[in-house]
Amino acid sequence: MGKRVGLEVTVAVAEAVALCRIDMAGGYPITPQSHIAEHLSNLVADGVLDAEFVTVESEHSAMSAVIGASATGARSYTATASQGLLLMNELLPIASAMRLPICMAIANRAVSGPLNILNDHSDIMPQRDTGWITLFAENGQEAVDLSIQAFKIAEHKDVMLPVCVNIDGFQLTHMVEPVEMPTQEEVDKFLPPFAPHATLHPAKPVTMGAFAMSDYFAEIMKAKDEAIKNSKKVILEVWDEWGKMFGRNYKAVESYRAQDAEILMLTMGSMGETAQVAIDELRDKGIKAGLVKLRLWRPFPFEEIRAALKNAKKLIVTDRACSFGGPGGPVFSEIKSALYAGDHHPAIYNFIYGLGGRDVPVQDFTGMFEKVIADTDNKAKDTYEFWGVRE
Amino acid sequence: MALKTWKELPIGCVVSEPGSASEYHTGSWRSQRPVWNDAKCIKCGICYVFCPEGCVQQAENGFFKANLDYCKGCGICAHECWPRAISMVEEG
Amino acid sequence: MNLVENFDLYAPRLINKKELFSAGHRACSGCAEVLAVRLMCKALGENTVIASATGCMEIVSSMFPTTAWEVPWIHVAFENAAAVASGVEAGLKALRRKGKVDDRYVKVVGMAGDGGTMDIGIQALSGAMERGHDMIYVCFDNEAYMNTGIQRSSGTPMGASTTTAPAGKVSMGQKTWKKNMPEIMVAHNVPYVATACPSYPLDFIRKIEKAKSVKGPSYIHCFSVCPTGWRCPSHLAISMGRLAVETGVFPLFEVENGHYRLSPDMPKKLRPIRDYFKAQGRFRHLTDEEISMIQERVNTEHKKITEKAKYLKTGNE
Ligand SMILES: Cc1ncc(C[n+]2csc(CCOP(=O)(O)OP(=O)(O)O)c2C)c(N)n1
Ligand code: SF4
Ligand code: SF4
Ligand code: SF4
Ligand SMILES: [Mg+2]
Repeated sequence: MGKRVGLEVTVAVAEAVALCRIDMAGGYPITPQSHIAEHLSNLVADGVLDAEFVTVESEHSAMSAVIGASATGARSYTATASQGLLLMNELLPIASAMRLPICMAIANRAVSGPLNILNDHSDIMPQRDTGWITLFAENGQEAVDLSIQAFKIAEHKDVMLPVCVNIDGFQLTHMVEPVEMPTQEEVDKFLPPFAPHATLHPAKPVTMGAFAMSDYFAEIMKAKDEAIKNSKKVILEVWDEWGKMFGRNYKAVESYRAQDAEILMLTMGSMGETAQVAIDELRDKGIKAGLVKLRLWRPFPFEEIRAALKNAKKLIVTDRACSFGGPGGPVFSEIKSALYAGDHHPAIYNFIYGLGGRDVPVQDFTGMFEKVIADTDNKAKDTYEFWGVRE
Repeated sequence: MALKTWKELPIGCVVSEPGSASEYHTGSWRSQRPVWNDAKCIKCGICYVFCPEGCVQQAENGFFKANLDYCKGCGICAHECWPRAISMVEEG
Repeated sequence: MNLVENFDLYAPRLINKKELFSAGHRACSGCAEVLAVRLMCKALGENTVIASATGCMEIVSSMFPTTAWEVPWIHVAFENAAAVASGVEAGLKALRRKGKVDDRYVKVVGMAGDGGTMDIGIQALSGAMERGHDMIYVCFDNEAYMNTGIQRSSGTPMGASTTTAPAGKVSMGQKTWKKNMPEIMVAHNVPYVATACPSYPLDFIRKIEKAKSVKGPSYIHCFSVCPTGWRCPSHLAISMGRLAVETGVFPLFEVENGHYRLSPDMPKKLRPIRDYFKAQGRFRHLTDEEISMIQERVNTEHKKITEKAKYLKTGNE
């Protein structure tokens, strides 16, 4: 068993990635991700990590270089946030179509404009359809664990897809938290060496990234969709194995005091911890409130979500981004479509909150519950609300 | 060649048969073909070097010829052959 | 016809016979850009990995599920060939060091068109060159965005008519001077920069071989005649390249560690640019006045490069 240490989460993530013995990393500074790149370069500079750290001139080149390296069979990693992620956007569907098991941390931060360096999910949400397995960490320990699991999931022969681990900027990245770091032996045991499906090497010349016209394009998209859907099985197996090895269990959807809850809230990312406190307060007042936390955003866990929400009369979906002029929060619209196919249709409410780093104290969560409890017509709401904005 | 189904696609659409483009014959694009007059040829190989298709081949006897499966009839070989050993003739 | 003067008789025997770029590719008939690619592969040999940008050469060579490439090859996007190549280089370096691949030296090559190099890809290229990756970057300059339909780029020469800088009643076509990309690369202080053209195949091959022997970044700017975009007959593709050199429009030179050398193929006396312009539809609209204006610039540029070759000579460090 590894030691329990107090580390800044970015540093802990970099340490975890080094334990995965990456061969290559591409790094470019952007707050609040930079400490990951800095700490990885420290580990390389000190000879702790034997890897090529490529200090690219942009995030576009970071992803490009990581794609190139991964295509040679090198275990490759990068980290970014916000504008950097948007700059990478062009390359994300290419990485997944090429089935390159790249892993990336995203220190979630609001996208411009206006420029804002603080946390929300407006950077990752536009990447929803790029074909990346997308995980959300709730605390430092999860950020570490998911960063290691990411490689095992990505490189599994039935998956071969890139994985991103979302870690809320500042709120989580810059916290000093006690984390249990696995030992090198444990990680070596858990994570086998990368066995790529094809590599760029003259020993066996291949062509990667060939041009496809309408006779093949749809089949290629279908193959990618099936691959990411099927990855859920592997993700669950990997979590199972992790739980057995380290005693920390992961699920696609976590529930907190949800069993008998009449009114449920759904969160994604680090807000879950504050929301949990709000649930306790509400329970103390006799309100049957519960919490559901979504850890796996892609592939979307439809059955698990339906199962977790099956007893709720009312459901509050919280979002840290907005699909402007559209259905409201992206999580809200996903949950609605998950419920449509089932036969349980709770009254559903959407609050968009915590934008650009806006603080969300416990009272905000209890406030959302109170507002929803006060609504007595009990009909599914097709609207969303920006929580806490000045009118 | 039958088109592959989505299940038959190689992972990541990797093409693992180098040079398989040669399955496709570009010779059908041609409206003119090069014809060699070996009597004038000095076997310099310039036609071989400059052919954008790489389809000019040297025979056992040292003379050159185009593989008409691929020759696009661009006329470069004829134009660059200094002893004028190649002429372009219309495809019938 | 000075072909035989300039071209060692039977020289093709010196060229690697193995084709590493197969026939069946979809380039237009008479494409000298694809000829350059074919010759480049011969010069590089098998121990090569190529990262290509989007563009004519990518499209014509990689029609899924087939490929014209016989060396490992990857295409990711348009503006990032140099960045992808830098990642390939870093990946292979780490894997070789750790004994995860066989211990042979592999040269990594990035390639793109003029648009992919001089416009949208210049940042990635500058970064890769500055970082000092052990790689060759080859720009196949056909002087416009050909793959998307002959739009102007910063590599399009003054006066050429393209689909986005067309000649018209009040326009001579391209109104800007061609960006001097080789000099931008020289300014990066990379060990080796060269210009080349497949119309001079031995010179081109020698330069690729030289770049291959350099440990570190090198840049080759390859002038690539495009009969389709330049509106000239396909059989003239090789002679068009030769005329560009003989008129001084595209000087052949190399810069080794800051020292310049003109290629022996460079003429002692320049031919008038009119000889080069006349067979090309893209220049057909130019007036005598416009041609003289361009001629003047070619003369000045030629003088500059000749002087550099004189005062910044190779081989006398
Ligand atoms: C980001 C992006 N912008 C634009 C394009 C469209 N595009 C593809 S190829 C190309 C032209 C390529 O021109 P060049 O690099 O000169 O190569 P050529 O085709 O002339 O050989 C363009 C504009 C693209 N694929 N990606
Ligand atoms: S270029 Fe002409 S002379 Fe030379 S080998 Fe070819 S046909 Fe013969
Ligand atoms: S006509 Fe063109 S394609 Fe045909 S052999 Fe001659 S050079 Fe090659
Ligand atoms: S458009 Fe020009 S560069 Fe492109 S394939 Fe055709 S001839 Fe070659
Ligand atoms: Mg071009």
